[in-house]
Amino acid sequence: MVDLTLAATITDPGSTIKYKTGAWRAIKPIVNKDDCIGCGTCWVYCPEGSISYKEKKSIIDYDYCKGCGICANECPKKCIKMVMEEK
Amino acid sequence: MVKAVMEASHAASEAVKLIKPDVVAAYPITPQTHIVERISEMVADGDLKTEYIRVESEFGAISALVGAAAAGSRTYSSTASQGLALMNEMLFVASGMRLPCVMNVANRALSAPISIWNDHQDSMSARDIGWLQFHCETAQECLDLTLLAYKVAEDHKVLTPALVCLDGFTLSHVFEPVDVPDQKTVDAFIPPFKPLHAYVDPAKPVTQGPIAFPSHYMELRNVQNEAMLNSFGVLTEAFKEFADKFGRTYDFLELYQMDDAEYAFLGIGSECGTLKVIVDKLRKKGEKIGLIKMIVYRPFPKEQLLEATKDLKGLAVLDKAISVGFEGVLFTEVRSAHYDSDHKPELRNFIVGLGGRDIQYEHVENIYEMLKGGKGKKIEWMY
Repeated sequence: MVDLTLAATITDPGSTIKYKTGAWRAIKPIVNKDDCIGCGTCWVYCPEGSISYKEKKSIIDYDYCKGCGICANECPKKCIKMVMEEK
Repeated sequence: MVKAVMEASHAASEAVKLIKPDVVAAYPITPQTHIVERISEMVADGDLKTEYIRVESEFGAISALVGAAAAGSRTYSSTASQGLALMNEMLFVASGMRLPCVMNVANRALSAPISIWNDHQDSMSARDIGWLQFHCETAQECLDLTLLAYKVAEDHKVLTPALVCLDGFTLSHVFEPVDVPDQKTVDAFIPPFKPLHAYVDPAKPVTQGPIAFPSHYMELRNVQNEAMLNSFGVLTEAFKEFADKFGRTYDFLELYQMDDAEYAFLGIGSECGTLKVIVDKLRKKGEKIGLIKMIVYRPFPKEQLLEATKDLKGLAVLDKAISVGFEGVLFTEVRSAHYDSDHKPELRNFIVGLGGRDIQYEHVENIYEMLKGGKGKKIEWMY
C-alpha cells in the first residue's frame, strides 16, 4: 500500500528535495579541481541547481545531478569530464 | 417558482444563474452559443455576479476552469463538437485533479466533413475521461440536470467534473415551458462550494497536479474510479432531495411504458420525444413496447439497465455515435452489461441521426418491425 492524498496533492512544501534524481544519471561529471578557475559558468548553466562553490571551486551535488553534461560542455577551461557511472 | 416559455439553451443559462459560479469561461461555438450569450447578458445586466472570462479558444476555456477550480472556485463552461475535442487534453487534467467543473455540451457532429448539426459523437468520445455525463430530453431537464450535476460533482465523496449534454438544435434551440425554481430553494439544494483539497491559502500552501511515478499512478486512477462509482449513491440521494424540493422526479433511467413491455427502445437525449410518440402509437395497436431513456451515461447505470431489461424479449439500441471500425458506442456498452446477466434479450443496434439526420417516425416503426420480426442485420444504419 502506498500513501495517497486526494488527487496527489502535496501539502508539505519542498517535497521535491526528498526525491533524489541522481539515480537517473548514466554519465557523471567529474571536476578537475586543479584546473577549475571558479568562473561560475557551470553554476549558471546547470538546469538542476546541482552545482555550488567552495573555496572558488565547483562542487557537484550527485544526489540531484542527472548527468546531462551541460556543465562539461559549457566549461571554458574544459576541466569537467563526463565519465560512465559504475555500479 | 416561475413557469416561462424559453429556449432550452436559456434554461441551461438560468441554471447557471441560480448556481452562481465564481468563474465562467467560454468560447462561442454553434450550437452552444445561445447558452453563453445569455450568461454574458446576465453578467452585463448585473443579474449574475461572476468572473466571466472571454477566452481565445476552448482550450483556453477549460484551462481557465482548471485554474479557477484549483483555486477553490465554482466554475462553469459550455461547448460543443470541435470545441470539446480541442479541450480533450485538459478534460483529463480536470478529472485527474478531481476538480468539480461543470459544462453543458450542445451535442454536435464532428468534422470532417463539417457539420453543425446534432449527434453524440462529441460527448461519447469523452466518456472515458472521468467526467460524469448526463443527457437531457427537454428544456426542463437542461435546467434540472445542470443543478443536479453541481450537486453530485461537488460532493466530497465524488469531486469529479460533469458534462450535461443537450442535443444541438433539436433541443438547444427549441422553446418549451420551463419551471424556474426560486433562488432560496436552489441555495438550500446546492450550498456554497466548499473545496476539500484544491484551494489557494497562503497559510496552507499546496502543490496540485504533481507528477505520479509508476509506483503511485495506478492507485490514484483507482481512487478516481471509486469516486465516480460513489456518485451512484450520491446521485440516488440527490434525486430524492430534488424530488422533495422541486417536485420533479429523476433517475438514472427514465422508464416509459415499460411495466409489461416485451420489446423496448433504448435512447439518449432528444430522440426520446420521437420514441415516446411511436411507443404510444404502437401501444394503441396492442404492441407491448416501451422506452428506456438513459439520463445518466457516466457512471454507466448497468444494474438499473439490467433491472429494466429483465423481462424483455428484445431491445433496440439507438446510437447517435459510431465507433468507426466496430459498432454503436452505446450498443457495445449495453451488450457488455448483459454478458453477466442471466437474462439476455435480443439486442439490436440501430445507427441513427448522425450529423443531424432526422429520425423519422417511419425509421422508428421500421426499427420495431425488424426487432420484433428478427429481420435485418445486427447493426443497421437507418437513413
